[in-house]
Amino acid sequence: MSDIVIRVENLGKRYRIGERERYLALRDILARAVSAPVRLFRARKPSSSNGHATHIWALKDLSFGVRQGEVVGIIGRNGAGKSTLLKILARITKPSRGHAKVRGRMGSLLEVGTGFHHELTGRENVFLSGAILGMSKTEIERKFDEIVAFSEVENFIDTPLKHYSSGMQMRLAFAVAAHLEPEILLVDEVLAVGDIAFQKKCLGKMGDISKTGRTIIFVSHNMGAVRTLCTTGLLLRSGKLAASGAIETVIDTYMDNCLQRTNGHIVRLPKPPQSCDVWMESVSILCNGEPNSTMETGDKMSLEVRFRSCEPIQKPIVGYLIRSSRGENAVNANNYFLPSASYPKPVTEGTIICDLGDLPLMAGSYSVSFWLCRHPHEQHHVEDVLHFTVEDKDIWGNGVLPTRSLSCLWWPTRFTFSENQMDSNP
Amino acid sequence: MSTAELQIPLTDVPEIDITPPRGWLDLNLREFWQFRELVYFFVWRDIKVRYKQTAIGAAWAIIQPVATMLVFTLFFGRLARIPSGGVPYPIFYLSALLPWMYFAGALQNATNSVVEHQHVITKVYFPRLVLPLSAVVPGLLDFAIGFVIFLAMMPFYHVAPGMAILLFPVFLLLAVATALGVGLWLSALNAIYRDIRYVVPFLVQFWMFASPVAYPASLVPARWRWVYGLNPMAGVIEGFRWALTGKGQPPGLLLAASAGAVVVVLMGGIAFFNRMEGTIADVV
Repeated sequence: MSDIVIRVENLGKRYRIGERERYLALRDILARAVSAPVRLFRARKPSSSNGHATHIWALKDLSFGVRQGEVVGIIGRNGAGKSTLLKILARITKPSRGHAKVRGRMGSLLEVGTGFHHELTGRENVFLSGAILGMSKTEIERKFDEIVAFSEVENFIDTPLKHYSSGMQMRLAFAVAAHLEPEILLVDEVLAVGDIAFQKKCLGKMGDISKTGRTIIFVSHNMGAVRTLCTTGLLLRSGKLAASGAIETVIDTYMDNCLQRTNGHIVRLPKPPQSCDVWMESVSILCNGEPNSTMETGDKMSLEVRFRSCEPIQKPIVGYLIRSSRGENAVNANNYFLPSASYPKPVTEGTIICDLGDLPLMAGSYSVSFWLCRHPHEQHHVEDVLHFTVEDKDIWGNGVLPTRSLSCLWWPTRFTFSENQMDSNP
Repeated sequence: MSTAELQIPLTDVPEIDITPPRGWLDLNLREFWQFRELVYFFVWRDIKVRYKQTAIGAAWAIIQPVATMLVFTLFFGRLARIPSGGVPYPIFYLSALLPWMYFAGALQNATNSVVEHQHVITKVYFPRLVLPLSAVVPGLLDFAIGFVIFLAMMPFYHVAPGMAILLFPVFLLLAVATALGVGLWLSALNAIYRDIRYVVPFLVQFWMFASPVAYPASLVPARWRWVYGLNPMAGVIEGFRWALTGKGQPPGLLLAASAGAVVVVLMGGIAFFNRMEGTIADVV
């Protein structure tokens, strides 16, 4: 059992809204002070200048522990408090309430290129940035060659930084930061910048760091990166802890919240504004013939689309896409390419049933998108309108279930075992 | 998927307590010592950047005090006939202007230090005290250059200082401490009220006339001299003049008052800066 290296208890951070006003000037304060007696004689106004609440809690009553070696992903919507939490842990700002105890040296990677000065050369900036990030001079000297090699700017290391392209600057900055060797590393969205190759390199390096047993706290919106790197997760919502635990569970909770599951099995759709052609009125899911939004792997699933049109239509073209909560497109089909039945006579309303048969989807949350049209160019398209969950079912009856993390479809495959055939050609 | 085998032993690791701000003298000198190299790096960076891509560069360190000295010599010395106690006017003024120009520059740099580094403060932790401290050091290089010129000038004017010249580091230290002390107050205030930095040039101007730069302290009546000495720079300038020229009284009471004032301002500055550190992080 690893030791707890970060213990956070009842952490809270309150910001005064007035503080957000930048560049308070002393003369404003003095002017306000001088005019205060005058204001007393005027009509009573609320004491705060704009009448709104003057405080917001960016974090409230946050408590959690992090063990050594964990890679913790902190996720949540914008404004949930993720960066504030990281700033408090990095000691950049102080909490208003509660406290945190941290065991180990902390390195923070909240931005790439902290401390870089454009007039100095790359070499000088490596030393400067390294020192700011917490490395000692001897440490930087020892790792200098490695850092330069990682950044791939050897030829330019003695040119002033202002002549570097932004990509080169970023590579150099990350190279310095990647060679920090703190016990705990705090990383905030730095992977949001840079090209794909750079992001891959960063992820790889962070993976290496985590393999050495270091603890990493990682804030990101990139669910793919979070899922790959992190072992546990913390979901923040409006400054409070909404979920914690294994990273998959936390991501699912987050995605569910984001997609604002109504989880109804019938969804009525508003009429699209633009065309008066054919449109969908409602869509629903049927599981084993019954409207349901929870099913098990192997159940018979069908989708029902009710449509209406201004002009009579004989063969409406309908399509659907099932997407997992992790963003993977699982299954899609439409009747444009398939021969299928059509109405015997043109109609102005009707119901189309898409029968998927035995559901090969593995356990998880899914959403369904639909489109309907007369011709392929004018479509009524609704995205992620239906949500349903699939639960594990022991479809083979041996009490063991496959893990779902590899793919969301389990494809029925027939495995046969046979002996080696003799080759006819020697 | 356990990395337990690769666990880093948690011995000898620092344990950090992150708590809401408390108290005024929440000093953590041990931690500050760990970041001493950062002071060196900031100073190194400032000096390097200052002298890169400049045409005048090091010459500015000489031009400014010398030009001011010439103006003072002409107007305060020749025309206004301020008594200089037998010291040739150029020496009289330059010996005061060198520490004064250091002080003025250091004070302005220290005041701006926190706000200028806002992009760094908001991203990395280090004791914020590092910033004003590293702001008052680079000016010493300019002082050193000017000092060399001064030493070269002395034979021309037949001024031979006594052993007292070896004491000038004491007065220099006092100047550094004053710049740092006042700079701590002003840099914290500047982070919160952004127009403070514009107050500094006026403050320095006013302060110069309140200090014995353009005139000797002997102009101040003896019984008021200790009040005059509450201006820390009074002790610095008088002390410098005495050490560098060998003329005049060693400044006793004046210096004592100045030293006391410096200690108070410095301690107060450190306490105030620490107290404001939490607020600074949120508003800078």
